[in-house]
Amino acid sequence: MRLGKVGTGLISALALSASMGLAHAKSDITVAMQLEPPHLDPTSAAAGAIDSVLYSNVFEGLTRFGSDGSILPGLAESWEISEDGKTYTFKLQSGVKFHDGTEMTAEDVKFSLDRARSDDSQNAQKALFTGIETVEVVNPQTVAVTLSAPNGSLLFNLAWGDAVIVAPESIENIKTNPIGTGAFRFSNWVQGDRIDLEKNADYWGTPAKLGNVTFKFISDPTAAFAAVMAEDVNAFVGFPAPENLPQFEADPRFQVLVGSTEGETILSTNNKLPPLDNVKVREAIAHAIDRQAIIDGAMFGYGTPIGTHFAPHNPDYVDLTANSAYDPELSKKLLAEAGYPDGFTTTLKLPPPSYARRGGEIIAAQLRAVGIETEISNLEWAQWLEQVFRGKDYGLTIVSHVEPMDIGIYARPDYYFQYDNPEFQKLFENLTAENDPEKRSELLKQAQEMLAKDYVNGYLFQLAFPTVANAKIQGLWVNQPTPAADMTAVYWEE
Amino acid sequence: MSVLFHSRTLLPGLFLSLVFVAAALISLVWVPYDTTVLNIANRMKLPSWEHWLGTDQFGRDILSMIMVGARTSIAVALVAVGIGMSVGVPLGLAAAARKGGWLDEVIMRANDLVFAFPSLLIAVMITAVFGASALNAIIAIGIFNIPVFARLTRGAALSLWNRDYILAARVAGKGPARISMEHILPNVANLLIVQGTIQFSLGILAEAGLSYVGLGAQPPTASWGRMLADSQTMISLAPHLALFPGLAILLTVLGLNLMGDGLRDLLDPKLRRARV
Repeated sequence: MRLGKVGTGLISALALSASMGLAHAKSDITVAMQLEPPHLDPTSAAAGAIDSVLYSNVFEGLTRFGSDGSILPGLAESWEISEDGKTYTFKLQSGVKFHDGTEMTAEDVKFSLDRARSDDSQNAQKALFTGIETVEVVNPQTVAVTLSAPNGSLLFNLAWGDAVIVAPESIENIKTNPIGTGAFRFSNWVQGDRIDLEKNADYWGTPAKLGNVTFKFISDPTAAFAAVMAEDVNAFVGFPAPENLPQFEADPRFQVLVGSTEGETILSTNNKLPPLDNVKVREAIAHAIDRQAIIDGAMFGYGTPIGTHFAPHNPDYVDLTANSAYDPELSKKLLAEAGYPDGFTTTLKLPPPSYARRGGEIIAAQLRAVGIETEISNLEWAQWLEQVFRGKDYGLTIVSHVEPMDIGIYARPDYYFQYDNPEFQKLFENLTAENDPEKRSELLKQAQEMLAKDYVNGYLFQLAFPTVANAKIQGLWVNQPTPAADMTAVYWEE
Repeated sequence: MSVLFHSRTLLPGLFLSLVFVAAALISLVWVPYDTTVLNIANRMKLPSWEHWLGTDQFGRDILSMIMVGARTSIAVALVAVGIGMSVGVPLGLAAAARKGGWLDEVIMRANDLVFAFPSLLIAVMITAVFGASALNAIIAIGIFNIPVFARLTRGAALSLWNRDYILAARVAGKGPARISMEHILPNVANLLIVQGTIQFSLGILAEAGLSYVGLGAQPPTASWGRMLADSQTMISLAPHLALFPGLAILLTVLGLNLMGDGLRDLLDPKLRRARV
């Protein structure tokens, strides 16, 4: 009979939680995404999936991105820039508390920035902080950041997920128990399945409208389709199968948001591997590629053609697609001039996303048409990072570079493209030092043109970012200025 | 000849199998459309006069893809069965000739070891180490065919070793190797042929399975398993993309199994006697 008692107790508990679940149904949300974070420290890994879960939800920086890419005040309420452009004085929001109850002060800001730029820092975007000379605590609510030279993009740099403010008290276990200042606090991580966040009742700013947020990780496109169709998830950010979007659009239960991303999808080229080290050969490849066929064939029409490594929605964007227009005859001619009238054979290594796998088959066919044979090998992400990104053992690969304003990677000769052009490196140095918006814009345009003229990589298209959500959900980010699924303003329409 | 018509399964099986073998052979010299040329503007078209089975997500002719895919499947399965037979049969004969000896023990325990591994796992292991390609798929499928043939040969050979004509051959001074070749092998050949067709159909399934998970033939080589995998997110959009390669696999395997059944009826002396 004891068992019976326990049973009844269980049933009433279940009934209770079920009724509570119903009462709160409109304040909870389940959001799916494709990739699961390897760990939960945005300040020590390049994985965009970490930011997708935590950016703005759990961790905040001094400044932050809006959905349209604008830079908004974050933990810094306001700031002043000195005349010489070298000192930024940030005034912090008052009453900000970390999720463990400790107060967020100027000391924490100093700790976070110093940690990110230290010699033994694990930060994946250390370059963001290179110009910073000192970080000083003026008083508990004020921080002064001094630069070695003026840097026009400091406020932008500080908005990145890699520059969020963390606390020295909780840094040790950040990878499994992230403690930030955001509108949601981390509650649970079931590895391989989901991460749960709950509302932070003590939030300093506008409180979140949602109660609990569950992020589910569904990597398989077929399973993703099934999960959304069956309404197992309320929203899918970064839906992986563009071919299914028209079906969702036609269904009144769902809304489809197609936003822009910072993802320049490119045919990355090993600039040190013969014959790809020859600019004529790279130019021939560029003219052999029919971008529209790739956008239609691989992305079912979602994507904007690009002619250089720059996002088209950026005001400084120059449309250079004509520079590498589809022209197979010119391509053959260039190959002959370069000394390869019969073409050559190289490798094409493809990571898992459908833009790469499908795009790869299309590019292989287009290159074959001008005489370039490619040996396709399909790799998992871990293999791709090992062989291509770190090992530089590849001829061609297709990947989307999703970091915002990442044209600076071309100034790094050890980056996996192995593009080593002192002229570009000089140009980028000037750009970093420049504070005047007009001159910056001019330099950015020059940089774009230089990359296009050098045909460093095959520039394909700007990745579109599709979100499929229940029609009643409001406040989702449409665009992806940085990898994020910001839930702080999301709510269910009554 | 009339014996062919005795079996109800042999002819339909033979017919289905021959259709696909013919498709594969024809694809060597001619296909309706080049499968390495894409035509995005013409993609996912329903079957029509120009494209009998429609076009796929890249605008390639599905009929041509299935013909080339038949070649890939048949080549992989055939070579894999070849590996299984050419290694497994001698092993089985040797084990039977040395029944109870250490050679028998070593061979059969090694076979048990390979048998104990799930076959797909061996394939995944091999392709993980050496990379995904049609060749590695062949080796993987071939390896798990070896113990099948070794066991079958040994079992059948053991019962033959007690026959009087074998005794006569031994009295005549023939060694075990010669007896195995001249007297045992011809008498187990019928079993091997039947098993061969069954392994062949399993090989086609294994190839489709491996290329479905991306471990078989790599693009641009057409393969039925990959056609299925590539079209699965589009199944609600264009069902024919998945339907036709699926049917191709189904019909080929069905045909081979029916043929194997029929061959067994035809070649098994016991059944033959019963019929007469």
